[in-house]
Amino acid sequence: MKSLSVWTVVGVVVVASSTGEVLLSSAMKSIGDLGLLRARKGMAAVIAAVFSERLFLPGVACMAVGFFSLLVALSWDDASFVAPASASLTLVLNAIMAKIFLHEAVDHRRWISALLVGVGVVLVAM
Amino acid sequence: MNLRKYLVLLAVMCFGSTGDILLARGMKDLGPVDLHHPLSLIAALANHWVFCGVLCLVLFFCSYMTALSWADLTYVLPATAFGYVLLALQSKYFLHEHVSNYRWAGILLISCGVGWVTRGPELTRRPQISDEIHTLGTAQTMHEAQNTASAQIPPEARHIGGTPNALNAQGPAGAPDKLPATGGPS
Repeated sequence: MKSLSVWTVVGVVVVASSTGEVLLSSAMKSIGDLGLLRARKGMAAVIAAVFSERLFLPGVACMAVGFFSLLVALSWDDASFVAPASASLTLVLNAIMAKIFLHEAVDHRRWISALLVGVGVVLVAM
Repeated sequence: MNLRKYLVLLAVMCFGSTGDILLARGMKDLGPVDLHHPLSLIAALANHWVFCGVLCLVLFFCSYMTALSWADLTYVLPATAFGYVLLALQSKYFLHEHVSNYRWAGILLISCGVGWVTRGPELTRRPQISDEIHTLGTAQTMHEAQNTASAQIPPEARHIGGTPNALNAQGPAGAPDKLPATGGPS
């Protein structure tokens, strides 16, 4: 049984990463297809559009918290436990948050995929 | 989905898994991190494995944001989960770890999940905005698309619905001769 402190750090990784991903997804959707924007206006316009999007920096900050928490967790416990546990829980939490906050159409196909991948990630770690 | 989009998803998988492998290798050299000395995490960047890992993760981040600009989060995450399979294969061939039967079963499940989700639509369809953008084609942002679309609608049409289709709903009192021809039988 893993110690409470390891689970706590994994929980911080999961919540911070999911929040960051939801914020970044929202920011990128409001800009639109970056590939099309780059083709029309160039790379400088893409960088300007991304950095001027108000949800971008909070999203990066959350991802950074998740990243450094992952580094701490990796140094405390086996990578074969920390990486898949945080990744599979992040997948499931992301599906829930995307449905609630981004109003994405999370249909049966996506729920099943998220669960298959989550279970698969756990098996890969065994 | 076109080839460019599949290449972006491939870049997300490759850079993500390689970054994780390099990071794990580097953190093994450094040992446990003490939370009372958080600056040691910054110092970890001096390790060349960690530095290369962070470089890969920066590239992962750029391709990931590109993917998020045209696909749903709940599509991108499972679709790029094949990176975990790459991670297991890299562990086997570069770090010479043993790949057990459980691990192969996990790889199979992940592959099924990836194949299952990529057969569906990549973006939640929101009729009003996505239709306008598709029609306009050159609009820079969704805001711009909305503004341009509403500007194209004649003022007399806005109060009866605000969409181009509403023009056809005008009664005989309207001015059909002012409207563009819709290609009916001549």
